Amino acid sequence: MKNSFETWLPKLVVAPAFVLGFAFIYGLMVWNGVLSFSASRMLPNYEWVGLAQYDKLWAMDRWWVALKNLGIFGVGYVGGSLLIGVLLAVLLDQKIRAEGALRTIYLYPMALSFVVTGTAWKWLLNPGMGLEKLVRDWGFTNFEFGWLVDTDMAIYCVVIAGIWQSAGFAMALFLAGLRGIDDSIIKAAQVDGASLPRIYWRIVLPALRPVFFSTLMVLSHLAIKSFDLVMALTAGGPGFATDVPATFMYTMSFSRGQIGLGAASATMMLATVAALVIPYLYSELRSKPHDR
Amino acid sequence: MTAKPLASSSLFPSAGRMLVYAVLALAVAFFLLPLYAMLVTSFKDAEEIRSTSLLALPGGLNWSAWFTAWSSACTGVDCNGLRPFFWNSVSMAVPAVLISTVWGALNGYVLSLWKFRGSDTLFGLLLFGVFMPFQVVLLPMSQVLGWLGLSSSITGLVLVHCLAGLAGTTLFFRNYYAAIPKELVNAARMDGASFFQIFWRIVLPLSTPIVMVTLIWQFTNIWNDFLFGVVFSGTDSKPITVGLNNLANTSSSVKAYNVDMAAAIIAGLPTMVIYVLAGKFFVRGLTAGAVKG
Repeated sequence: MKNSFETWLPKLVVAPAFVLGFAFIYGLMVWNGVLSFSASRMLPNYEWVGLAQYDKLWAMDRWWVALKNLGIFGVGYVGGSLLIGVLLAVLLDQKIRAEGALRTIYLYPMALSFVVTGTAWKWLLNPGMGLEKLVRDWGFTNFEFGWLVDTDMAIYCVVIAGIWQSAGFAMALFLAGLRGIDDSIIKAAQVDGASLPRIYWRIVLPALRPVFFSTLMVLSHLAIKSFDLVMALTAGGPGFATDVPATFMYTMSFSRGQIGLGAASATMMLATVAALVIPYLYSELRSKPHDR
Repeated sequence: MTAKPLASSSLFPSAGRMLVYAVLALAVAFFLLPLYAMLVTSFKDAEEIRSTSLLALPGGLNWSAWFTAWSSACTGVDCNGLRPFFWNSVSMAVPAVLISTVWGALNGYVLSLWKFRGSDTLFGLLLFGVFMPFQVVLLPMSQVLGWLGLSSSITGLVLVHCLAGLAGTTLFFRNYYAAIPKELVNAARMDGASFFQIFWRIVLPLSTPIVMVTLIWQFTNIWNDFLFGVVFSGTDSKPITVGLNNLANTSSSVKAYNVDMAAAIIAGLPTMVIYVLAGKFFVRGLTAGAVKG
């Protein structure tokens, strides 16, 4: 009696987590999918309209703008963070004095909310104030920096603020990776007379591939989910020039009364993240089994 | 992570080292600029902001913008400053962080030390919750909260944060407990210790580091959340991120940048303090969250 209870107990303990967790993840996912096939507008209803919301979505200029912005933001934010991150990590790896303090400074933006970050950068990038005024005060009186209110350039302000927030995170991961590399390979290369930049280029950076891959994955999915930063920095404006799928979904669902359309855009976001993450999770879980 | 930096200074020519330090210093300026600008601006009055440079130190420590941001700045029609939002965030984050951490610890304990057939697959499926875009849950979840009578309430937000954080906290504890030798557990079972006794007497005392990581990680996530806050909160339950965003985007004829900056610092202060005090746990959380499996 006691024995069978003891074997069931662990399962019983995790059961609520899995029931609720799966209901939250997969149940709501399916539910959102159903909504995306419905005629829901202000309120959810379940009148089946097939792919009508998706047709409407893909016919909207605003959705295409959001996708294009996601492309610009994704490439700029992920690429910029990776590049600055790896550069700082390699430099910090050169027996730098006060390395701890530098690391702390590079990483602190990650502890802040994107809303805080957005508010700060909105002030810095504000035309007429902020950086523009600073450079003018230095004597360059014709200097202009109006990206934040420029339809074509505003999304790059989001990129800058995003990189500022996340480059330190990439740096931390790369640095951890660098410290995990076996010294003896490098010693051997040094004995062979290879120069330091060459050692990094040919041996160290290639060895960082798994770290690079994890960082890429985390940053990419953050880019797709990115919402707060855009809301705080530009609120999708001017007009809807800096809309991304996440802000598009929010606007359609909660201020435009287009719930079906919002659900359809959320499903597209899900599909994008899934296409990126599922192969990654699959390979990670398979290659590093915890069975003992 | 205890290995030494691999380059010795003699390898790098001194001109090169100068360059290294120059780039690192440039990066310091880039990362500190916004914080510095926020701080100095928050101590200036409107006239000073207009007449001085962005980088100029304020004439004195003028706290009035801080008081305004805390207790009398207007967000929309309310003029109570950030104070009510701040306390909303506290009363949301504390229970949500504690519940999701305890929950994750129990799950991780079972999933690594009491494995059953299919538990790895179940865990893999749960793990997708770390990555999925929460936009997918917004619409159905707001209906669920309505049915539960938790719409626009702090309790509703706590529930959402617990569910959203479940996958992550389970991941942390599972990976950590995977390093505990199974023999330890088996020996305790031989001695007649029960499932919960083993957890309480053996596993939990070994868990301090991962408990710290999870607490800090969850606190940072939940305190900084904006999406759930803006969608699921009502007039009296808006968290600080929503309060700050409303404050900074309230359109008025004269923009009070000093108040906005003080407000942004107030909103970021709790997580920054934790980062300074317990940075290594925060970093461990970041790295643990990035390297799965």
